[in-house]
Amino acid sequence: MISLPHYLILGAILFSIGVVGIFLNRKNLIVLMMAIELMLLAVNLNFVAFSHYLNDLSGQLFVFFILVVAAAEAGIGLAILVVLFRNLSSIHVEDLDQLKG
Amino acid sequence: MLNNFVMPDLYPAAPEIFLLCMSFLVLFVDLIFGATHRGLAALLTVVTLLGCAAITIVTADGHTALTFSNMFVDDLLADFLKLVTYLAVIVVLVYSRQYLADRGLDRGEFYLLVLYATLGMMVMISAANFVTIYLGLELLSLSLYALVAIDRNASRATEAAMKYFVLGAMASGLLLYGMSMIYGATGSLEIGGVAQAMHHGQSDKTILVFGLVFLVAGVAFKLGLVPFHMWIPDVYHGAPTAVTLLIGSAPKLAAFAMTLRLLVYGLFGLADDWQKMLLLMAVLSIGLGNLAAIAQTNIKRMLAYSTISHMGFMILGLMSGVVGGVVDPFTAVNAYSSALYYTVAYVLMSLGAFGMVLLLSRAGYEAENLDDFRGLNQRSPWFAAVMLVIMFSMAGIPFFVGFFAKFAVLLAAIKAGYTVVAVVAVMFSLVGAFYYLRVVKLMYFDAPVDSAPITAPMDMRILLSINGVAVAAFGLFPDALMSLCTTTLLRSL
Repeated sequence: MISLPHYLILGAILFSIGVVGIFLNRKNLIVLMMAIELMLLAVNLNFVAFSHYLNDLSGQLFVFFILVVAAAEAGIGLAILVVLFRNLSSIHVEDLDQLKG
Repeated sequence: MLNNFVMPDLYPAAPEIFLLCMSFLVLFVDLIFGATHRGLAALLTVVTLLGCAAITIVTADGHTALTFSNMFVDDLLADFLKLVTYLAVIVVLVYSRQYLADRGLDRGEFYLLVLYATLGMMVMISAANFVTIYLGLELLSLSLYALVAIDRNASRATEAAMKYFVLGAMASGLLLYGMSMIYGATGSLEIGGVAQAMHHGQSDKTILVFGLVFLVAGVAFKLGLVPFHMWIPDVYHGAPTAVTLLIGSAPKLAAFAMTLRLLVYGLFGLADDWQKMLLLMAVLSIGLGNLAAIAQTNIKRMLAYSTISHMGFMILGLMSGVVGGVVDPFTAVNAYSSALYYTVAYVLMSLGAFGMVLLLSRAGYEAENLDDFRGLNQRSPWFAAVMLVIMFSMAGIPFFVGFFAKFAVLLAAIKAGYTVVAVVAVMFSLVGAFYYLRVVKLMYFDAPVDSAPITAPMDMRILLSINGVAVAAFGLFPDALMSLCTTTLLRSL
């Protein structure tokens, strides 16, 4: 039987993979965006699990909003990525080194 | 199901609805007349904001009204913060007009994105539910990411936008994770519902505190508190100065509202726990912000680190509301109004400081290094005096508005029993006075490196002068603004 803690642990693992992915990834910015998506989806899993367990629909409603915003966020992120690639001819994290101090 | 639908009361959200409708008008006008009448979009944006201000003033009756199934609240605090936000955004638009025109950035997109960012701030200020807080925050952040990258050919700006985007998205993730845990523990997404569930004590404390840690991390990121401050210097430095001016001013008001509503209105039951986290972050921010600012040669970066320390001070006021778990309404209102006062004062000073950077910039030249301020007194004694007032105020020298803001916060901290912390904060602001006074020294005692005349348009000169005078005047009459902040909070808590 799959109970609430199972979902929460899965959510926590996915979320941690997302956070670790942002900090450990030193290569590709697209992988970084995948890590961000993973974090948001882990949160969605949490909300759905809680919503089912609490018998309250508002958590699932929030998930729809998060999904829509995540799509918009990915849109803006990829647009910035395209502009960045035009300027730097690279999407490597290490090449983002003009601003320091 | 559908016939249960009740039309929500739209009256409390009238300014937001007006702004949204006007943004479509700006979009159309820019599409049709954008190529021939360049200033039209800017003018219409300012008119929109003035209209919003008029609506906010007319609909402000001092009562707290909830609408959209308790998702949206219109209280005196929201009205006050919104009015300051409109004012700040109008000032931003006036200051940045020439700068944008010189760089070919004064297109319709800029004004639309500024309008949507303002809408995001307004929603954040009036949010009474996790959903509305999140949506307002994202509307603001997404508009700002795009604004930072609006100069598409500047590689520094796009790099700043990318860093801002990645870290901002991560912060939203942290905030949402915290919200999901608190939802799980209390069974409510409404701020009032969360507070009630906690009051009745039927929620699991462990889950709540676990969620709180993530929530505070997300909030701290948006405010730019150490250790979540990494984005601030890079974004302030890399973004076009006009956008830095926007990021550094009005959103701080929205971030203050978000912090107050989440932590004080919603999670007051956990005050003991978030107080410790905020205390640590406040001290670290004041310390690191002031120390790192000394090493900077770029004034935008220097002001970025000073922002970090100012936000540390603001949070110090916000966390002084509860004394050892005992709530005394008088102390609480005093502490929160000191934080509100600090935020408003900071917005005023930051508008002036970045306005000065814009004033000295001209077509093809960015006056963003400290050296550009050398000998300003010989080039323009009046604007050197304005910068002097702003720097003195930021350093907290009496009798300018920044001094009373710091004074109110420190007084609240001492009342709450954080005497040692207050002493440490004063020590670090003494360290901070060094880099503010260095700017003054460069302006008055060094020979100018750059001798080009200041060519800013008249409206900007007048407004910047008023800004400088306001910093001085609010310092001479601190009671006016202070009592306004206190009354506002008293009637909205």
